Amino acid sequence: MKIFGYQLPNMSSLILWGLLWEFVGQIELTFFLPPLSAIFATLWEIGGTPAFLKALRETAQAFAIGTTSAIVIGVPVGILMGKNRLIDELLLPWVNIFLSAPLTALVPVLMVLFGFGLKAIVITTALFAVWIIVLNTRAGVMQINRSLIEMARSFGASPFDAFTKIYFWAALPEILGGVRIGFIRGVKGVIIGQLLISIVGFGALFELYASNFLMKHFWAVLLVLFALSFLIAEFLAWLERKVEYYAASRN
Amino acid sequence: MDTTITENAVAVRNVYKNYGDVEALRDLSLDFPKGQLTSLLGPSGCGKTTLLKIIAGLLPADSGEVLVNGKPVTGPGPDRAFVFQDFALMPWASTIRNVAFGLELRGVAKSEREAVAEKYIAAVGLTGFENSYPHELSGGMRQRVGLARALSVNAEVLLMDEPFSAVDEQTRRKFQEDLLGLVQNENKTFLFVTHSIEEAVYVSNQVAILLPRPSRVSEIIRPRGFRNKDVDSIRRDPEYLDLVDKIWASLKSYVE
Ligand SMILES: Nc1ncnc2c1ncn2[C@@H]1O[C@H](COP(=O)(O)OP(=O)(O)O)[C@@H](O)[C@H]1O
Ligand SMILES: [Mg+2]
Repeated sequence: MKIFGYQLPNMSSLILWGLLWEFVGQIELTFFLPPLSAIFATLWEIGGTPAFLKALRETAQAFAIGTTSAIVIGVPVGILMGKNRLIDELLLPWVNIFLSAPLTALVPVLMVLFGFGLKAIVITTALFAVWIIVLNTRAGVMQINRSLIEMARSFGASPFDAFTKIYFWAALPEILGGVRIGFIRGVKGVIIGQLLISIVGFGALFELYASNFLMKHFWAVLLVLFALSFLIAEFLAWLERKVEYYAASRN
Repeated sequence: MDTTITENAVAVRNVYKNYGDVEALRDLSLDFPKGQLTSLLGPSGCGKTTLLKIIAGLLPADSGEVLVNGKPVTGPGPDRAFVFQDFALMPWASTIRNVAFGLELRGVAKSEREAVAEKYIAAVGLTGFENSYPHELSGGMRQRVGLARALSVNAEVLLMDEPFSAVDEQTRRKFQEDLLGLVQNENKTFLFVTHSIEEAVYVSNQVAILLPRPSRVSEIIRPRGFRNKDVDSIRRDPEYLDLVDKIWASLKSYVE
């Protein structure tokens, strides 16, 4: 953004929105929107409490396990789909359906199948994250330079070598892009899981604060969540930029 | 050089290859004498790459067989190394890792394979670029990396698919001279694909002329007089000039 010829740093529009928020909060337009400063004060208050830390830990744990499984499953499946026509034709319709399906509707089914504990929440998280990782990995593998594969074969690469030493690296820029979007969807998944399946973690806090109309608390937790997912997304975007140099020069 | 009976490093026997309806190779037979450089010369699309990939074991022939040192080819093997037209370097790997990649796949320990790679990086004149990445190198330098990679696995047969076609003319000439040095010093068999008549005559012990699809060998030409001459005088040698003319005369009819 540029104002009077000055290049403002990225995201400086947030300051403007923050000020507007503070203003709307101060004039007490609606109970739903307390002033931003009051929210930060509340955050400062509850940030160190055992209840908050427990919620953070529970959410982080479910998120970490869920997204890690999404990567561990999604990347190899995506590579296989990109490599093999038959597997691709078998799986692609399902991947596309699940990518655009309203997955929240499936959560009750997951509860029936996997109970009301961490397991069901982790699976919800993974379910939200995995499809875009599969699809992006597949796209990365499909644009791979054929002669790299022939090169590896001609120097005696086993299929496993080709998998780990060529396909994975050649598709890495797309894989990271998929992981970044997958993580953002995983945040959605973990919160939905914690709201619908068992009331734990941040989901429990949201539930508690919202039903008691503790809007400052509610917004404080939401801001923490925004900040965390923003940090994760930025970290992955930074990793993506690190491999950009060869994404452009692959073909 | 070829007055004595030479053994064949590679023998192609009655090879056929179709791509669907496209008949690429029909009953092609050709011998590649050990320790020599044989060029496959022919117009674009005549099946040169196809033949080289069949010899490399990357493509199966529909029928017929390829023998390397008398043994039939069933797939890629350590006795052959490929140099690719588009270099086929891993863009995420440094020069030294690219050069050592063949040895890496064979399970050679890192320090050992990097020592070998260093040696061939120096041999192709890339000392100082060990830690550069392909996108930091010029086309000519990239192909030197590809060449060093093929040399470092110490295969008896080097399969080169138009290795110099993507580099500029000056670099290309330098490559051709270097290639002559390699043929003399490395005691390997070179299979060299090109569509340049001058290049084929300049570097080859024998030139196999392939006709347009379906491809078979129409003629084998063996330069004799100038092969042991100084690299600089070859292009002025009367035999060189005659052969270039002769080959052009026989290929001309296929160029519209
Ligand atoms: N994978 C393929 N599928 C179908 N046709 C092919 C394929 N590869 C090569 N061809 C065809 O076979 C013929 C020979 O190709 P190629 O061996 O690449 O020729 P050259 O290397 O002499 O230019 C060409 O007509 C080409 O179009
Ligand atoms: Mg070709």
